[in-house]
Amino acid sequence: MAENTKIIENATCTFCGCVCDDMILTVDLDEKKIIKSKNACVLGRAWFAEHTIDEDAPAAMIDGKEVSVEEAIEEAAQTLTKAKFPITYGLSDTTCEAQRQAVAITDRIKGNIDTTTSVCHGPSGLAFQGVGESTSTLGEVKNRADLVIYWGGNPAESHPRHFGRYAVTPKGMFTPRGKKDRTVVLVDVRKTKSSPVADILIRPKPGKDFEVLWALRALVKGKKLSDDIEERTGVPLEVLQDLSDRMKNCRFGVLFFGMGLTMTRGRHFNSGALLALATDLNEFTHFVAKPVRGHGNVTGADNVVSWQTGYPFGVNFSRGYPRFNPGEFTTVDTLANGHADAAMIIASDPASNFPKKAIQHLKSIPVVVLDTKMTETSKDAHVAFRTSTYGINTSGTVYRMDDVPITLRPAFESPFPDDESILKGINKRVNELMLAKHYASGASGEVKVAAPI
Amino acid sequence: MTEKMILIPGRSAKQGTSLNIGKLKDEYKEVTSTLEMNTDEMAKRGLVDGDKVRLSNDIGETIVSCIGKKPEDLPDGMLFIPYGPPSSELMASDTAGCGMPLSKHMEVEIEKIST
Amino acid sequence: MSAAMRIVNGKVYDPANNIDGKIKEICIQDGRIVDSVPEDATIIDAQGMVVMPGGVDIHCHIAGPKVNAARKLQPEDHRHDVHPGTPFTRSGTGGTVPSTFATGYRYATLGYTTAMEAAVTPIGARHTLEEFHDTPVIDKGFYVLLGENIFLQNLLREKRMEEFNEAVAWWINATKAYTVKLVNPGGDEPWKGKKNSNVSDIDEKTDEGLTPRQIIEAFIKSVDKQGFPHPPHIHCNNLGHSGNYITTLETMKTAGDMRAHIAHIQFHSYGGELGKNPVSKAAEIVEYVDNHPNITCDVGQVMFGKSTIMTADAPLAYVLKGHTKGKWVNADTECESGCGIVPFNYQEHIYMHTLQWAIGLEIFLMAKDPWRVILSTDHPNGGSFMNYPKLIKLLMDKAFRHEEMKRVNQSALENCSLRDLDREFTLNEIAIITRAGPARALGLKNKGHLGVGADADITIYDEMDDKEMMFNAPRYVIKSGNTIIGNHEFITDFIGKLLHISPEYDKKIEEVVQPFFESYYSIEFSNYAVDDHYLHDHEVIATGKA
Repeated sequence: MAENTKIIENATCTFCGCVCDDMILTVDLDEKKIIKSKNACVLGRAWFAEHTIDEDAPAAMIDGKEVSVEEAIEEAAQTLTKAKFPITYGLSDTTCEAQRQAVAITDRIKGNIDTTTSVCHGPSGLAFQGVGESTSTLGEVKNRADLVIYWGGNPAESHPRHFGRYAVTPKGMFTPRGKKDRTVVLVDVRKTKSSPVADILIRPKPGKDFEVLWALRALVKGKKLSDDIEERTGVPLEVLQDLSDRMKNCRFGVLFFGMGLTMTRGRHFNSGALLALATDLNEFTHFVAKPVRGHGNVTGADNVVSWQTGYPFGVNFSRGYPRFNPGEFTTVDTLANGHADAAMIIASDPASNFPKKAIQHLKSIPVVVLDTKMTETSKDAHVAFRTSTYGINTSGTVYRMDDVPITLRPAFESPFPDDESILKGINKRVNELMLAKHYASGASGEVKVAAPI
Repeated sequence: MTEKMILIPGRSAKQGTSLNIGKLKDEYKEVTSTLEMNTDEMAKRGLVDGDKVRLSNDIGETIVSCIGKKPEDLPDGMLFIPYGPPSSELMASDTAGCGMPLSKHMEVEIEKIST
Repeated sequence: MSAAMRIVNGKVYDPANNIDGKIKEICIQDGRIVDSVPEDATIIDAQGMVVMPGGVDIHCHIAGPKVNAARKLQPEDHRHDVHPGTPFTRSGTGGTVPSTFATGYRYATLGYTTAMEAAVTPIGARHTLEEFHDTPVIDKGFYVLLGENIFLQNLLREKRMEEFNEAVAWWINATKAYTVKLVNPGGDEPWKGKKNSNVSDIDEKTDEGLTPRQIIEAFIKSVDKQGFPHPPHIHCNNLGHSGNYITTLETMKTAGDMRAHIAHIQFHSYGGELGKNPVSKAAEIVEYVDNHPNITCDVGQVMFGKSTIMTADAPLAYVLKGHTKGKWVNADTECESGCGIVPFNYQEHIYMHTLQWAIGLEIFLMAKDPWRVILSTDHPNGGSFMNYPKLIKLLMDKAFRHEEMKRVNQSALENCSLRDLDREFTLNEIAIITRAGPARALGLKNKGHLGVGADADITIYDEMDDKEMMFNAPRYVIKSGNTIIGNHEFITDFIGKLLHISPEYDKKIEEVVQPFFESYYSIEFSNYAVDDHYLHDHEVIATGKA
């Protein structure tokens, strides 16, 4: 047992969108690592255990050579201001404070900003813009939901504490017996580790989610379905009718949905159909829906980009104000179409999960990377910063998947700077460079900036 | 023998824990290059756990090793793989105007690599 | 801090100090108004111009979870109304729900320097403060939604009033709020827990054994006892329903002679039968307000065109969704609140919309005491705050008003007395309903006036016959002594500060709150209260009885 330890209570795990804030961390201060993370799930334990400090790693590199952080900030600012179509991407695994700086930089350089939302629940964001959403915080689900439906997701592996902490087993105000007071339905094309939690399992044919959701909308509204519905969707009419009845007759129903809807045939139409179904059900009872969001602070990224620009992702500043156009200003597109001529990637690794063509273009342009570890993206970066880990080494704000903001409690110090301070440095330098350009173009007048934001 | 199947990349707990160790580490590489297929489909192709197969489509190809799942858990014609560099090799970049590439439900051909 | 400055030759409107259009020098040093400044102070020559304190918006929705949801919901609202950046200011987008930067800059371009966000869930306080940090120029604060708080209602039902008062103070401190907000008291539980139903009468007992009136009374008493600078800010039951003026009168009567603020009172001044078209009861409402100096209200004027309904009154939003048949957001917050959002459009040809427009104008024009009948559009519910200059013109220019009346639904005008009202507001009265009145109602002693010691928040307009044009384009806007807009252009950026209160409470109340938290909230008690790092520049306004 290590001698020099401390305990951090009510710390927050930022690995997945559950953002559980009941961690009890035991920190070995000599070894600079977390040796125990009570209440964490399997993913959380790995998150806390594996974010150790590699003292030998350089804090900053240019083209693979170690440099000072200041030199790297200068080079990053120069790279971004020289580019004609610089893109900023990532942001889901960092604090809102860092995200705010990233949007500020992109605004000043008239670049393009997008977050991992575009390849996660971006389609749900588009569906939201189309139909709206009846939703709630997770505490309402715990307190009230007597019908819980998961659609196209496998929380047992992606969000392991979702069942236990928020939606299936916890005892709430109007659900005093926990799971006994709830019916749980799981809709997925394959059987997963989440399946055992379900009272009812429904397995549509792959790519037929939209049809099943639309059929349910019809049944809820009392319309007749044609007999071939099972043939087309893989789900028998009796099963659909039963689910429709349960949804209309519950007291407080919730539809959680995952990327099994957004990443497959139908994309935003699938999310839209589900949100419309939840909306329709409010004619009969209280019903909410909620995308099960991924990375720790992807919901924060949506919020910050929205309050600063009006749009949640896929935003371009090239005309001096924000424009939104998914399919054009989303990162898979700016890369695969060959538009981007420089990139700043923050806490994300597109080189390991983007389509092949997008990765090929990313590898052909100068890239600035901020990450806590070496990744496929950072290993070829023009400028690479190694940063400290949010929630482990630094504080800041993170939004849970239900938009509830939580302040992080760091466990131990890192020798590496955090994302916010690097981005602040880049922001300041970029601001200077852009103002110099402004004055060089002949602008006059004495101007002071009282409080640059 | 080649035949079209539907590939569904997704998350798994093991992928989640291994990416914390590091995406350039062996464990992550192994997790993201392990393909799940039901045992009937494997038998049909003369595959056993650990055999290498080539997945290919219009976009590219990748070589992964396969592991069997019960047919009642993973239907015929369907493949599952944790996200990672191998699934990227097969992913089309067309987002149909929404920003999202079709990342699940990818049609691929599968071919046993003779050893 | 700012250098010394002297504004000379301007016509000063400072109703709080009984100055009505007098040519007078205003001296500024270190962000405050002072008696005199050194000879070498910067001089602004305001010849031919009108000098007023910076505007104060007592009721608007500009930051926090519901506002951001409404932003995300409506790309179509932003697309047609972009807000380009300058080398010194950030870019953004407008529409009825502008981005944070555009919100701050646009308030400044109207000469407003303070705005109060009127409804924030406690759990959303941290989010609101983060947005405030990105809302430039203006000072800002928010009212925290406590009326539907289940824990507080439990204390109330059990008649544990001492603990109730302590808990109210604890929640204010935990969120850095300015006062308490009540919305459709008693309506949350029927909505969330009883299949989307609602309360309909102020004396209706819910299953929880409380009536809306008991909730309202408890908060008014608690805030009165603790001496908050602004009383409970109340959104009455039955908003928008025909016949609701009775509920509004009853709500005001509940206050007795204690202070209460009735929000967007226009929406609560309808006669007629439930389910049928309403008629105006502006006269009855105004009479009560005029005769009861303990009551303040803001009007919640409806302006024709695009608006966004965003409210903690979730059942109301659902009713409106039934009319628009378009997109709708419902967002329940655990143990604290409901919320609804509906994009909306007020149209001249529709009876209801014209009547709402007319009732708002009637309330302004009938009120004998403009100090307590404050200008608002319940932004963006009745329309964007960017409509304020047009609204001012409607009040100041009878001929313009009558021209506008030709374009609206005429049968609605039959059911109100707008045609008979000839009053035209003076500049002094405009300064009261947009500056001095709201500052006084908020208990902001350093705002809304230009006396020595006041915050140097000053707007200078070119005097023009067209009052809409005049109030749309101040020549100078000075915030905390810094010239933000000079000769109609932004010349610097400024962040503004948070205004909040910090009433005293007994720490022991946390031991009472915590067990409830552990059972029914989904975040940890110790992670709930907002810490000081979310305060950028801020000012604590004093509480306690004078």
